[in-house]
Amino acid sequence: MDFEALSACVSSGSCVVTQISTALIIGMLLFMVASGLSLIFGVLGVINFAHGAFYMAGAYFAYAVYQLTSSFLLAFLGGAIGVGIVGVLFERFIMSRVYGKDVLMQLLVCYATILIFDDLVKMIAGPEYKMMGMPEVFALPPFEFAGGFIPPYYVFMVVMSLTIGGGLWFIIEKTRVGKIVRALAVNPQMVGALGINTMLLYSAVFGFGSVLAGIAGALAAPTRTLTAGMGLSILIESFIVTVIGGMGSISGALVAALLIGFIRAFGAIGFPLFVDGIMFGMMALVLIFKPSGLFGREPAQ
Amino acid sequence: MMKQGLRRDVIVAFLMLGLFIALPFVFTKPALRDFLIYVMAYGLLAMSLNLLVGLTGLVSFGHAAFFASGAYIFGILMQTGKFSIPVAMLTTVLGTALLSLVIGAICVRLKEIYFSFITLAFQMFLHSIILTWVSLTGGDQGLRGGIPRPPFLGIDLSNNTTLYVFCVVVFVLCVGLMRQIWQSPFGYTLRLIRDNPNRAIFLGVNIARMKLGIFVLASAMASVGGMLLALFVSGAYPDFGFWTTSGEAIFMIMLGGTQLFFGPIIGTVLLRLLEHFVSIYTEHHGLVLGVVILIIVLGLRQGVADYVVDWLKRRKEMKMELSSKTELVPSSKTIERKTV
Repeated sequence: MDFEALSACVSSGSCVVTQISTALIIGMLLFMVASGLSLIFGVLGVINFAHGAFYMAGAYFAYAVYQLTSSFLLAFLGGAIGVGIVGVLFERFIMSRVYGKDVLMQLLVCYATILIFDDLVKMIAGPEYKMMGMPEVFALPPFEFAGGFIPPYYVFMVVMSLTIGGGLWFIIEKTRVGKIVRALAVNPQMVGALGINTMLLYSAVFGFGSVLAGIAGALAAPTRTLTAGMGLSILIESFIVTVIGGMGSISGALVAALLIGFIRAFGAIGFPLFVDGIMFGMMALVLIFKPSGLFGREPAQ
Repeated sequence: MMKQGLRRDVIVAFLMLGLFIALPFVFTKPALRDFLIYVMAYGLLAMSLNLLVGLTGLVSFGHAAFFASGAYIFGILMQTGKFSIPVAMLTTVLGTALLSLVIGAICVRLKEIYFSFITLAFQMFLHSIILTWVSLTGGDQGLRGGIPRPPFLGIDLSNNTTLYVFCVVVFVLCVGLMRQIWQSPFGYTLRLIRDNPNRAIFLGVNIARMKLGIFVLASAMASVGGMLLALFVSGAYPDFGFWTTSGEAIFMIMLGGTQLFFGPIIGTVLLRLLEHFVSIYTEHHGLVLGVVILIIVLGLRQGVADYVVDWLKRRKEMKMELSSKTELVPSSKTIERKTV
């Protein structure tokens, strides 16, 4: 524990700005992954433990497309669409076989998928760390703000994530498709009886949740080193986010993801070893006092 | 009936004792003995976890917390040099039971996936404490400097053969104890809670207290597994309490089967063998392991041992059906078979 370093940072403007921008980046990536996880859980009632592997796949797809075309836009689309396809295939051929089964079966299937994905990445892309590098579009001088510097790409990431999150909220809450999806979460038999193809809808929701993970991976690619297994830590953290925010709640995921982002960014200075402890401690407290999460509606007990 | 069951259990226990002790003397490679000690330590972890998962229907993602607490409490006690091994072991089991009583009292109030998440949270919290409290636990380097093994009652565990026999005896005792829990009225109450909690409430069962009871017992058993491993590797490492260890234990019981008492230990052996052979023949050990899991889960839809048991049962039923049919209408086939 080094609280002196923490208080020194808080009293210096540049350090605060740097850490806040780091916190926002971590928070936004987590938000994208966790909202996909939360959407899939809310509608399908299954926990996609392979979501972290999808995030990794998104980053690698984006990296591959960027190497071929050096266009960030295409890389971004490649990550999102590629993972969407992978997600739908995974849902159709693997996950749909364990719907309604015990959660352990789902866990095992996802664990197997993670192992296969990690090994495939090692086989195809090689075991060494990969760097995508900052796309040329964003090779601009950083913004100066209160003595600290913020790279333009960070601003882009935050705006992009918030836009997508807002769009997701709008689709779910305000459109007809969203209404059907919400009905599907509550009573799938009734939705089926009304002549809607629920299987197709399940696939679509799963695919859409996967796209969110793919987008997160593609957005993360320029700022992170890529490695097989990069999905695991974000998976664990997005569990924390979904539990704290409430399963199935998008606004909850946003608040919790930002919270985790700030703990990670400032904890890295003050108590680097105990960051995990704080995060899991908070998760335990939320589960004890409000098991449905801060923004969750359904009772968990 | 009860007596007969007990006699069978005692016979099985002695057979296991004999088998485990005899194996390294028949095949004298040291690798086999190491393998068996790992199987016993992780086997205790998996079997005790199955008391929660298979017997009670409580899916804990954080069982390795107590495996680690066993290893660490035991290691720290022994390093003070003030305790003999049996005293330290008893203290460790009691300490872990106390820890799990506190954690369990909070966890058992939650259901299903929320129970899984909160056990995971507590385990990772404990893991963080182990990493942070460097002066006590050695942090990410683990508990170093070795765990002393002072002789007690004329037993000297610094001799590797003695250590192995000691581990086998402790292992068989714990398995015997878990078997008694599995077969006891308490065990059947837990099955009732797993299959029909509402009915259990109607019958006046205090569900929370029963769940807490098995949570504490299972944790105490897991701590023994941790102690065996700590004794063997002469140290304790934070990995013992990381979520991957819990994941591995879940994987072992799913691989073996949850409904058979010995399922988890079969799973432990299978997983260790699988990892061993896969890593000999190919570099892509995750790929092969992943495909094998997918085949087991999507193909068998249950653990290997459970599948074999069900298959035998189905075969027996089919035979019974066949023979009952043939009793009514004796066909030429049965006559033929009789003559053969």
